[in-house]
Amino acid sequence: MVETLGIYRRLVGSRIRSQLQYRLSFALTVTGNLLLSGLDFAAILVLFGQVDALGDWTVGEVALLYGISCVSFALTDLAVGQLDQLPRMIREGEFDQILVRPLGSLLQVICADVALRHLGRLTQGAVVLLVAVAYVDVTWTASRIAMLLVAIVAGAAIFAGIWVAFSSIAFWLIDSQEVCNAFTYGGNYTAQYPVNIYGRWLRRLVLFVVPVAFVSYFPALYVLDKPDPLGLPEALQFASPAVALITGAAAWLVWRTAVRRYRSVGS
Amino acid sequence: MLRLGFELARRGYRRYAAYPGATWAGVFTNTFFGFLIAYALLAVFDSRETVGDYDARDAVTYAWLAQGMLMTIYLWGWFDVALRVRSGDVATDLQRPLDFQGYWLAHDLGRALYHAVFRGIPPFLIGALVFDVLVPQDPRVWLAFVVSVTLAVVTSFAFRFLFNLVAFWLIDYRGAATLAMVASTFFSGQIVPIAFFPDWLALAAWALPFAAMVQAPIEIWLGHAQGLELLGLLGLQAFWAAVLLLIGRAVLAAGMRKLVIQGG
Repeated sequence: MVETLGIYRRLVGSRIRSQLQYRLSFALTVTGNLLLSGLDFAAILVLFGQVDALGDWTVGEVALLYGISCVSFALTDLAVGQLDQLPRMIREGEFDQILVRPLGSLLQVICADVALRHLGRLTQGAVVLLVAVAYVDVTWTASRIAMLLVAIVAGAAIFAGIWVAFSSIAFWLIDSQEVCNAFTYGGNYTAQYPVNIYGRWLRRLVLFVVPVAFVSYFPALYVLDKPDPLGLPEALQFASPAVALITGAAAWLVWRTAVRRYRSVGS
Repeated sequence: MLRLGFELARRGYRRYAAYPGATWAGVFTNTFFGFLIAYALLAVFDSRETVGDYDARDAVTYAWLAQGMLMTIYLWGWFDVALRVRSGDVATDLQRPLDFQGYWLAHDLGRALYHAVFRGIPPFLIGALVFDVLVPQDPRVWLAFVVSVTLAVVTSFAFRFLFNLVAFWLIDYRGAATLAMVASTFFSGQIVPIAFFPDWLALAAWALPFAAMVQAPIEIWLGHAQGLELLGLLGLQAFWAAVLLLIGRAVLAAGMRKLVIQGG
């Protein structure tokens, strides 16, 4: 395990150094990504220009949901975003090279590159989160701050699980990248709004199948000391770490099954 | 000339039609986002009846139109020209006995037709099954909508062509291209209807070319622009399409001069 981490550090370190070579381009790209990621928040602000609350959540409270989700997702994106390249790796036979090397296949795919441009998203999310934390009417006790930090870590793990699991579809259907996007990028978008504004089928989906409700919604209810508009058990507000573990384990199983049944394209 | 344009458009169509699997995966994603945006907009109408000239039904219809038109208008991820500039292939392209901008425009219209039929109509139909969406009864509105979407594609193409040309001057064009896409995505009304903007921002949006790319056809579909106003909207789109195409030609000429000096 320690050895694997050392390898991860060295692989990722080399990718980071290579991207810092062209500084102007790098700065432009990060700025562009910061603004691109900020578009979703601009949309939220536009909506709150028309109303005082969305599904009984004020602008500060939705900003908190947004901040938690965005920071978690940006961390996941930095760590495992390379999975988006998996279909290309399979199509071009690069995945075959990975399989013959004496290192876990998932680790190698993830380390193939680390896209520092995603720092734009992380910065933007962190700014919104900090503003939300200052803006909402909450007495910041140790337990609330702890919940916020746990939510970000658990949220990142939940997103990572979703990313790994749905990327694995590429082993069956090579053209499926967009389906995966619906759950990764779409999952982030879903977690930026209160779950109670969604229709019943979508609420069930984010509770049981693609559990992004545990990234932002439940932890935010605890932090804000807000009665759940859905009236669900309070225990769910503490369930994010457990959900993260379950999602992670499920994702690992899916990945292993997928890789085992993988047959090379043979070209 | 027309025959050539038609052939090029057919190629554009076929290039995207070659991956039906990707098309269905894309329909899935557009549909998913259609639901998310529809629910978010509906939450606004919990506490009020109308926003500008939008009622809840207009807003839901907007959500599905915007998602359906997303790939047809194609604000994102088109770097064909930038890639050819960067690789230097553009030098060969420019020697061919056909107009460089016209070539890509014809290609893009073919692409847009494919995306309109296979990426546009399915999500809208699914949305119409689940939500109460508005469908125009007047055939003239349908006709105006088709004309408007076509003009929107040309305007969007002209803008994409323009920011692709940045590659003549910047090795890594992606940062600049992302900034261009941020502006077009927000001000076109692709993510929130312009009618929801604060007044000053809505004014800015309608003064920029981007509203012609997404919001204009949607206003026509929703019947918010009728009679002379509708004709004015189509005129505005034609104006921006022409202006952006002309600027594109000027910038291409400047880029070519630079290319000649470099290749010298």
